[in-house]
Amino acid sequence: MADDRDRDSTEVAVAEFHKKIKEAFEVFDHESNNTVDVREVGTIIRSLGCCPSEGELHDLIAEVEEEEPTGYIRFEKFLPVMTEVLLERRYRPIPEDILLRAFEVLDPAKRGFLSKDELIKYMTEEGEPFSQEEMEEMLSAAIDPESNSIHYKDYITMMVIDEN
Amino acid sequence: MGSGTSTQHHFAFQNAEKAFRAAALIQRWYRRYVARLEMRRRCTWSIFQSIEYAGQQDQVKLHNFFSYLVDHFTPSSHNERDFLNRIFTEERSPQASETQNCGDYDSIEVPDSYTGPRLSFPLLPDHATALVEAFRRKQRLHARYVLNLLHEARKHLVQLPNINQVSTCYSEEITVCGDLHGQLDDLIFIFYKNGLPSPERAYVFNGDFVDRGKDSVEILMVLFAFMLVYPKEFHLNRGNHEDHIVNLRYGFTKEVMHKYKIHGKKILKLLQDVFCWLPLATLVDEKVLILHGGVSDRTDLELLAKLDRHKIVSTMRYKTRKENKKQAEEKGNANQTGSAGRPSPWFLPQSRSLPSSPLRPSTHKAHRAGRSSSVPCGVPLDPKELSRRVRRSVDLELERCRQQAGFPAIKEKEEPSSSESEVDSDAEEQPQPTPEEWRQVVDILWSDPMAQEGCRANTVRGGGCYFGPNVTERLLQKYHLQFLIRSHECKPEGYEFCHSRKVLTIFSASNYYEVGSNRGAYVKLGPELTPHIMQFQANKATHTLTMRQRISRVEESALRALREKLFAHSSDILVEFKKHDKDETGLIALSDWAAAVESVLHLGLPWRMLRPQLVSSLTDNKLAYKSWLENLAKEKLSQQNIQSSLLETLYRNRSNLETIFRIIDSDHSGSISLDEFRHTWKLFSSHMNIDITDDCICDLARSIDFNKDGHIDINEFLEAFRLVEQSCSGGDVSDCPQVTNSSNRDCSSPGAH
Repeated sequence: MADDRDRDSTEVAVAEFHKKIKEAFEVFDHESNNTVDVREVGTIIRSLGCCPSEGELHDLIAEVEEEEPTGYIRFEKFLPVMTEVLLERRYRPIPEDILLRAFEVLDPAKRGFLSKDELIKYMTEEGEPFSQEEMEEMLSAAIDPESNSIHYKDYITMMVIDEN
Repeated sequence: MGSGTSTQHHFAFQNAEKAFRAAALIQRWYRRYVARLEMRRRCTWSIFQSIEYAGQQDQVKLHNFFSYLVDHFTPSSHNERDFLNRIFTEERSPQASETQNCGDYDSIEVPDSYTGPRLSFPLLPDHATALVEAFRRKQRLHARYVLNLLHEARKHLVQLPNINQVSTCYSEEITVCGDLHGQLDDLIFIFYKNGLPSPERAYVFNGDFVDRGKDSVEILMVLFAFMLVYPKEFHLNRGNHEDHIVNLRYGFTKEVMHKYKIHGKKILKLLQDVFCWLPLATLVDEKVLILHGGVSDRTDLELLAKLDRHKIVSTMRYKTRKENKKQAEEKGNANQTGSAGRPSPWFLPQSRSLPSSPLRPSTHKAHRAGRSSSVPCGVPLDPKELSRRVRRSVDLELERCRQQAGFPAIKEKEEPSSSESEVDSDAEEQPQPTPEEWRQVVDILWSDPMAQEGCRANTVRGGGCYFGPNVTERLLQKYHLQFLIRSHECKPEGYEFCHSRKVLTIFSASNYYEVGSNRGAYVKLGPELTPHIMQFQANKATHTLTMRQRISRVEESALRALREKLFAHSSDILVEFKKHDKDETGLIALSDWAAAVESVLHLGLPWRMLRPQLVSSLTDNKLAYKSWLENLAKEKLSQQNIQSSLLETLYRNRSNLETIFRIIDSDHSGSISLDEFRHTWKLFSSHMNIDITDDCICDLARSIDFNKDGHIDINEFLEAFRLVEQSCSGGDVSDCPQVTNSSNRDCSSPGAH
């Protein structure tokens, strides 16, 4: 009995996931032929609630790509893989407090801020480096022009409010 | 010893690793944030586009409404009959002599107090430049000069061929600009960035100069001025908005009447004529074809080059210019019977004779084989047939026309009767646009490219078609062209290539939907005719905003429009919700919410993606739908005494209502009588199956008649429900059209707008 109910609720969840995935996919399906440019897949996956690293993203793309990569991802391949990802709750988003601690790691002196240069250094030389475009975009919103620094606690709060 | 350094190293290594991981975490988080912003941006764009195109479908709905009237409404009194006549019989198109009159500007005096630009003809380049400068300083051109300029413009346009041939050997470069839609800032920016027109700097403006934006008049003045000053280098193509019927709906008519209260009507009449004389396309070096909308699988450039473009007054209704003469005669004859002369429903097809077969069988075969009727209006009706009916009552007349508006199959049967009267038709002197000619023009002014192969009717716009890459390819090959430049569609980057770069869409109205919504662009054709795109965004504010702020702002605007749409369909949506809530819990699952909303609105939007922005609170992952709908209503209910369902209906039909009002207001005074208002409502509510009593409408009408003179100012009416768009003088209600007596009121002092 309990098994049946579980199965039902999973089915319902799967059905709902399918609709969500389809919707997100269609936003980028410009030719209405159930394909999207591979370069947009990351956006689709992230907008569905996942937060993969670049490395994880590349692995995912490899799973959904054709054997001979065409530059396009087909929905038929994308759907089952993405459904699994959602069912397994993979690549969960990062909670605010963890994010704060990450910034604090980069600010061992506990000043409460990072200078613009420091931010640039970390974001473009460490981890999975930003492109110039990404860096510029982050700076435009994050840096306080008067102090030329990012007060990361405020920054996080602002971004999180914005999300909701 | 060793352990000290190795601990240090270990520590340092650990720190480095921690920093690496911390950075990676921040980057991961940030990339997700950006992705979500991007998704929001795309969804916002979909909202704007789907609402815009749904609005365009309104024209189709309007046509259906009138057809419905023909079917079901029997005027029960003389008043109603006359009223119907008013709706169905548009004021006749200007006669040649009348148009001459409109150009009669000499009698208009310009007062000494006028500080705006003064024009003398022939225009010199300095005048044109000075005009741009004057408009930049928010001055307004006096009606006399407007009429004078339009008159001169028409004289010039009349000499031009349908397809302008331009060569790059004379000017070093050609710049092509797309839709401007009354956004003067963009035009000024283009001239600033790219340089003013000159013998070395040719320009092509690809239609849609007017409507929507607030400076359509000024844009036209500048464009026509440069056209007169550099006739060989400055070229204009007609767009689907260079059309007086479209202008009724999309704001240009309103703008003219607002800026030129005394002479506005004259100006509009002259413009109607000028628009018909605009060339249909421009061909550069016989290799690059520039036209406003697109092409279809039937596009025939030879036919387009040969036809008399002046005959096509409006692509919205298939009516010709020379009818009025006959109409006037027959009106005289018919007066004795008391009928309203020869009512010719403006929205239904009618035409004079066609020397050759009016209803070519091949046309219909192609029609049925290829696609459904590409435009709401159909095929011509023989005039002799019509004249036989002159003495019939309005009802029968309309009944007849309704049949004409039917599908091709029906028309074929009528061929024999029409062809009988062909013999008489030869007596007609003036050639008229054939259905084929008309369709050709509609196709090039209204079509959009699509990714899929083939060619199908453009049901979204209600005119023209969607054409695929194979259609483009065939056309380019047939006429030995390199590529096509068109406009007509707003693009986020201001331009877009498609069909393997054989079609370029260029759109020059930046921030079209909202500040920050899109860039504008123009294209320069270099020596090998290679296109170089230049983008811009004519609003300083956007540059200081972060991507996040820009997207938020545009998104807000889109969501507002969407919420309004949701409100406008509250009743239907509630019905759908209840279907998903058989147990009457008052709650609905999100999945069902999305399905319900889409089934009512048909906007094809990603509702699940939009859900967080539209639905704020959930209980147990379910939505309490009644209160959600009530909240939507609360935003709109500015007047407590108005039924929410009435308000809903108004919102839902505002675009059509406004258009109908403006049609009724044939003298463009800006007001209609209470009676007319009531009649309109009665008709509308019967069509819409709305359960609103006549009394309620009467009360409403009376409450809006603020000065109790038995007339309703259209803008007052719309404003009463906050329906009027903020395009009228920056939203200043007091500036909305009032009847004035002073002749000096036709131009405002500098600064006032």
